[in-house]
Amino acid sequence: MATSKQQTFSRRSFLRTSALASGGMLIGFNLFNACKPEAKMPVDISQLNFNDFNAFIRISEEGKVSIFSPNPEIGQGVKTSMPMLIAEELDVLWDDVYVVQAPLDTEKYKNQMAGGSQSIRQNWMPLRQTGATAKQMLINAAAARWGVDASECTAKLGVITNAKGETLGYGDVVVEAASLEVPEDVKLKDPKDFTIIGQHTANVDIDKIVTGKPLFGMDYKVEGMVYAAVLRPPAFGQVLESFDATAAKALPGVIDVITIGEKARAYIERGKLSWTAPLSKSDKVVVIAKSTWDAFKGKKAIKAIWKNELPLESTEDHDKLLMDLLDGNTFNTRRSDGDVKKAFAEADKVLERTYEAPFLPHNCMEPMNFFASVTPEKIHLAGPVQTPEEAAKVVSDMLGRDLDDIHVDMTRMGGGFGRRLYGDFVFEVAEIANAIQKPVKMVSSREDDMTTGVYRPATKYRIAASVKDGKVTGYYLKEAAINSNMYGLVPNFFPAGAIENYQVDTANYKSAITTGAWRAPYTNFLASAEQSFFDELAETLGVDRIQLHIDLLQNVKGNTDKRIQYSPERLEGVIKLVVDKSNWGKAESGVYQGFSVYYCHNTHVAEVADVVMENGFPIVKKVTCAIDCGVVVNPLGALNQAKGGVIDGIGHAMYSSLSFKNGEPQSNNFNTYQLIRMGQTPIVDVHFVDSDIAPTGLGEPTLPPVGAAVANAIYAATGKRLTKQPYMSHLQTEKIVG
Amino acid sequence: MPTFNLTINNTKHTVEADMDTPLLWVLRDHLDLVGTKFGCGIGQCGACTIHVNGTAMRSCLMQVSQAEGMSITTIEGLSKDGTHPVQEAWKAIDVPQCGYCQSGQIMTASAFLENNPNPSETEIRNAMHGNICRCASYNSIEKAVKVAADKLS
Repeated sequence: MATSKQQTFSRRSFLRTSALASGGMLIGFNLFNACKPEAKMPVDISQLNFNDFNAFIRISEEGKVSIFSPNPEIGQGVKTSMPMLIAEELDVLWDDVYVVQAPLDTEKYKNQMAGGSQSIRQNWMPLRQTGATAKQMLINAAAARWGVDASECTAKLGVITNAKGETLGYGDVVVEAASLEVPEDVKLKDPKDFTIIGQHTANVDIDKIVTGKPLFGMDYKVEGMVYAAVLRPPAFGQVLESFDATAAKALPGVIDVITIGEKARAYIERGKLSWTAPLSKSDKVVVIAKSTWDAFKGKKAIKAIWKNELPLESTEDHDKLLMDLLDGNTFNTRRSDGDVKKAFAEADKVLERTYEAPFLPHNCMEPMNFFASVTPEKIHLAGPVQTPEEAAKVVSDMLGRDLDDIHVDMTRMGGGFGRRLYGDFVFEVAEIANAIQKPVKMVSSREDDMTTGVYRPATKYRIAASVKDGKVTGYYLKEAAINSNMYGLVPNFFPAGAIENYQVDTANYKSAITTGAWRAPYTNFLASAEQSFFDELAETLGVDRIQLHIDLLQNVKGNTDKRIQYSPERLEGVIKLVVDKSNWGKAESGVYQGFSVYYCHNTHVAEVADVVMENGFPIVKKVTCAIDCGVVVNPLGALNQAKGGVIDGIGHAMYSSLSFKNGEPQSNNFNTYQLIRMGQTPIVDVHFVDSDIAPTGLGEPTLPPVGAAVANAIYAATGKRLTKQPYMSHLQTEKIVG
Repeated sequence: MPTFNLTINNTKHTVEADMDTPLLWVLRDHLDLVGTKFGCGIGQCGACTIHVNGTAMRSCLMQVSQAEGMSITTIEGLSKDGTHPVQEAWKAIDVPQCGYCQSGQIMTASAFLENNPNPSETEIRNAMHGNICRCASYNSIEKAVKVAADKLS
C-alpha cells in the first residue's frame, strides 16, 4: 500500500479518549495538527468541542458507532466516504454506523476547506489510523479483562475474540477502553481485506433529501430572524452614488433600508484582502424585510444612481486584449525545456492553433445566502461556505471582534464548484447583522447570484508544435487570461517531459471583473485546448491519435524530473482501458468517436465521446470514461462524481457562456444562460482502474478532458474543428450535413 | 395584508401575505415547508416544483391568491414516510449529489408517472427536461425514473 510521508503521524498526540457520563466511549481526533495540550475531552455528548478536535467518534455500550463531523458537504460525497474509512479500520458493520452532522450551536469549527478534490486524498491515512487505533484500544481492554495478551485477540465486525474462542462485543469494553493509553503503533488492514471500502454506499443524507427536510443554508431559520436582499452595483467598475428608498420603505413587508460597505472598505484599505475575499469597495443598499419575497420586492423598488469608478469592460475589448497578449511578448515563462525556438526554426512543419473560452458563472443551484446574528456577546454565522475558518477570521477583523466570539455552523451546500470558497456573502451578512443587531439571513436572487459572481476567467491559448522527420520536436503553449494564470504545477502536466523542447508561457490582463476558482481551475479549458490540438497534430503527422500519446508517454518513463506531476504508466493504463471499453476504432457505422486523455488533481482520466448526426446536428450519445484514482472508496459516490463531471464538462463546453457589455453581465438567469438539461445528456459509461494506491480526487478530474473528446468526435463527424467555446454557437451558424 | 386559506398536504392553513407573493415563498418562509426549493424564480429550473390538483407546477410562478381552493402537495406530503415509489427509486439509485434540486425532480417525476406509468426513454427525457441539475446527476435521475416506472406499471 502506498503511503505518503506527510500522512504518517503519532496517534498519541492526535487522538484523545474519554468515558461518557451517559455510558460509552468518546474519541476525539485531529486530522492535521496535534491536539493542543489543554484540549479537554468532554464527558457529555452535548459538549463536543470542534475547536479542539476535527471530529468525534462515540461507541455506545450497545456497540453502535456515531461519527460527529462538521465536514463541509458540497455534493461530492465526503460526508459518506470519509466515515467509511474510519468504520473500515474500526471493523464494524456499516449499518451500525451513524453519521451525525455536528450539532449546531457548538463551538466554532476548526476545519479544512472542501475544494480542489483533496478531501479524500489528504484524509485517507489519518482516518484509517484513527479507526485502527480505536479498534486496538478495544482489543486491549478485552485482553486485560481476560488476562491474556492483546496479540492473542482479534476483532471483526464489532466482536473481539480470544484464543479460547471467547467473545466480547465492542460495547462490553468501551468503559475500560476509554481509560487506556492510546497505542502508538497500530496495524492497518490489507486492502484485500476491506469490507466497507470499495462497497456501494448510499449518501448518508439520502432520506432527508428525498423527503425535503431542512438541510441547506437556504432552509436555515431561527426565531425572530429577518431577511435581507442586497442591491449591488449592476456593472463591474461602478460604485453607488445615491439612492432613493421611499417606495421600498412604503411596502408593508419592508422593515428598513440600510447601506453597508464601510466595514468592507476599511478591511480592503487595511490591505488584508486575501484570495478568499472578493469584495467590492462600493456601498450596497440592503432591504431588511419580513420574508425573502418582501426583501426581493423592496430591492426592486430602490432607485439607485451609480457612478463609474473604473473603465467599464466588454467582452469585445477582452477578446482583442487577450489576442494582443498572445501576439505580444509580455509573458512569464513557467517551464522551459530544451530550445523551443531552435526546434521551430529547424522544423519541417509547424502546426499552430488558438483556442478560446468565455467567462463562466458557477450557478450553484442554491443561490448564495448566509445567516448572521451579531450581539455584544457573540457572533453566530451559519450557512453554506467551503472556507469556514477563513470566513470567521475575516469577519473578526472586519468587525473588530475577538475570533473566540465567532461561531460558524456549516449547512449542507446546494453545490459549490468553487464559488463557495469565496466568503463575500458571509462578510456582507455579518456587516448587515452588525448594523441591525438582529438575526438575519441574506438571500441572493438568481439574478444577484449570476451577475455578482466570482467567474471562471475568460482565457485563450495558442499552441504550436514543430514536426521534424515525422516526430514532434517542439511544443510551445501560451496562455492569455483575465486576472490570473494557471497555478504553479500545471505546466508540469502532460506533455511536459514527453517532448524535448517544451515551453509554457503565461500573461494576463487585470480586470475589474471578479474571477476565481471554478471546478477544475484552468485545466477545465486547458485540457480542451491541448487535447483538441493533439487530435489535429496526430492528423497532421498522419499517425493514430492513440499511438501518438502512447509514443510520447514512452519518452517520460524513467524521467527523473521531480516536477513532472503525472505518471506515464497510469496515463497509459487509462488510455488502454478506454480504448478497450469504448470500442475505439470499431464503432458502428454512423457513430463518430473522439478521444481525449488528461491528468489533473492527482487523477488520470481518458475519455472517448461517441457522436451521431441527427437532422444535420452532432449529438453526443455516449461517453466512455476510464479513471485511475487509486482505491475507489465508495464506488456509488465515485460513479456519481465521475458521471456528473463528464456531463457538466460537456454542458459548459457546448452551451454556456457569460459575456459583458460596459461592465454588465449579459445573462442573469436561466432564460438567457444555458445549462445542460436531460435531453442533451449522453449516457456516461465509467470504468475504474483496479488499484491499491492511496485514493485521489474525483470531484474535478473527469471534467477537463471531455470538451476535447466531444470536439474531436464532432470533427470526425463533420470535418469542422471547434476551437472556441461554447461550441454550440459555432455549430448553429450553419447547418452541417454529416 | 390580505389572508388566504390554503390546503397543503391535506392540511388547512391560513396565511397573511401580499397578493402577489409566489406560493414558493409562502411555503418556505410562512409555513416552513422548505423542501420546495428556490432556484431561479422564473420557472426555468424546476427546483420549486409542487403538485397542484395533481399536476406538476412551478410554485415560483403561482401567486398565493391563485392557490386558494386548490389541493397543493409538496415534497413533504408526497408520502408519509418517504416511501413513494419515486422516493424509493431515488434512494435505491442514490441519485443526489448536492441534493438541492432533487425534491423538484422527484415532484416532476411523480406527477409525470401518475399520468404515464409506462413511459418510453424519450418520454422520460422530455418530461424531465425542464428540471436543471447543476451537479449533472441526469444519468441517475433517468435511471431512477425508469426504476419507479417499473414499480408503478
